Amino acid sequence: MARAITRADVEHVAQLARLALDEAEVQQFTLDLGVILEHAEDVAALDIDDVEPTAHPLPLVNVVRPDEVHAPLPRDEVLAQAPAVEDGRFRVPRILDAP
Amino acid sequence: MTAVEIARDVRAGTRRARDVLEEHLARVDEREAEVHAFNLVLTDEARNAADAIDAAVAAGADPGPLAGVPVAVKDNLCTRGVPTTCGSRILDGWCPPYTATVLERISAAGGVVVGKTNCDEFAMGSSTENSAFGPTRNPHDVRRVPGGSSGGSAAAVVAGFAAVGLGSDTGGSIRQPASLCGVVGVKPTYGRVSRSGLVAFASSLDQVGPFASTVADAALVLDVIAGPDPLDSTSVAETPPSTTDALSAGVEGLRVGVVEELTDTDGVQPEVRAAVESAAAALAHAGAKVERVSTPSARYGISAYYLIAPAEASSNLARYDGVRYGLRVDAEDVATMNARTRAAGFGEEVKRRIMLGTYALSAGYYDAYYRKAQRVRTLIIRDFARVYESCDVLVAPTSPTVAFPLGARTDDPLAMYLSDVCTVPSSLAGHASMSVPFGTGEAGLPVGVQVLAPALAEPIMFRAAAALEAAAP
Repeated sequence: MARAITRADVEHVAQLARLALDEAEVQQFTLDLGVILEHAEDVAALDIDDVEPTAHPLPLVNVVRPDEVHAPLPRDEVLAQAPAVEDGRFRVPRILDAP
Repeated sequence: MTAVEIARDVRAGTRRARDVLEEHLARVDEREAEVHAFNLVLTDEARNAADAIDAAVAAGADPGPLAGVPVAVKDNLCTRGVPTTCGSRILDGWCPPYTATVLERISAAGGVVVGKTNCDEFAMGSSTENSAFGPTRNPHDVRRVPGGSSGGSAAAVVAGFAAVGLGSDTGGSIRQPASLCGVVGVKPTYGRVSRSGLVAFASSLDQVGPFASTVADAALVLDVIAGPDPLDSTSVAETPPSTTDALSAGVEGLRVGVVEELTDTDGVQPEVRAAVESAAAALAHAGAKVERVSTPSARYGISAYYLIAPAEASSNLARYDGVRYGLRVDAEDVATMNARTRAAGFGEEVKRRIMLGTYALSAGYYDAYYRKAQRVRTLIIRDFARVYESCDVLVAPTSPTVAFPLGARTDDPLAMYLSDVCTVPSSLAGHASMSVPFGTGEAGLPVGVQVLAPALAEPIMFRAAAALEAAAP
């Protein structure tokens, strides 16, 4: 059986998911995740470890295309959609030697 | 006028695509303010496309099987140079650098895209109330929801804003709004239609499909958009058989199963159950052999779906990081910029599913939840395989209820999730399924009956759907 969802669980998961939740959201999601996972207990409680999991409905393996060069997406058009660019590249806050 | 009739007349030169478009745009002018089916109406682009079709016909060319047919397109399908929002603030201002394969095919077949339709944010919802741009309302009763997540496309078709529509269905997002709006909605077999340019929600489940007023119109659109695409490695390689050709085949000798777990389950309104029984009787009357069948694992469908789909979504939506497109909320360091951007850009339901999916995939819970849900997926596939040994198609409710009032389920995520109880099993199996209007229920609102078929069995599914349409009250 799963244990109840705590506030600390929600804060940890929000950190993993890169979501800056506010206090009201932390409280709301602590409640919601608890209710939803309680409903999911019918599945979690099943003794079916001998059943193969299905990740995908089609029996596909290693679909490959011919190794031919195609035109990429137009660079200027792609960069025009970015919030910040510099010298033809996406600009982000400093990563190395970050403050 | 149906899409089949429009295309026939426009190709024959007896009706102008521009006139057809103007009739639909006039209805948009009349009712769009109260319905809010669209995030964007592409009036100029549509007029240009319609004029080009008329010019082609005048020059003796055939514009194709959708000649002059106005199409409403869900706003999670990429349109090059035209805003694509997915109902989210996080894609604020984004214009994709390429167009979805299905839309390339619609245009190449002479279809005219009228606009981008409203939807639940990133297709997560069952009412179109989770859009950042406000809800779409059901044209049958504007105090009620149109269903979701493709509610805008369903509403656009029933309101006559477009002859047909495109939506995406992950756990019922085409079939359920089709049922609530009283139109036909098709979820093709996973892999039948290219997902290239469909913004990803849950990649092992997402599938594009048509909305239409008639089964023949849905078949016409499906035949245009279906088929392999080198840009989608999960598209099925075989050339799809025509569904239009299957429409007149009838159901004599067809073996039909009524799915007990989906029809007699808690929460299915009596009128909806009665519609399914009456649909089964109509198929029997038309020559089909009807039996009751059981798929016991289907009762775990909702729990499995609401672990698998959020898990895949939490991974797919990691791309909205404020770096390459859409919104950015600036911060000193990258991680804080990411977290603040996502907090400001995503709505509540998307955050809830990212949280749920991240939790289900996290260390210590992966086996208990995500892995277990994948094992249930296998059980559901096995149950269907067993019943399809004795049945060609199955029938069940599409939605347990008729259209519900706006706000009725917004404070209770689990109640909203249970809207999908009848549609998720076919999605988890990757099978074909569709909703066909079949009478009315509570408050005179439309009821849809769901027809389910095995993978790649669209033609036989459409045979049953055509018979249901012919017998519908």
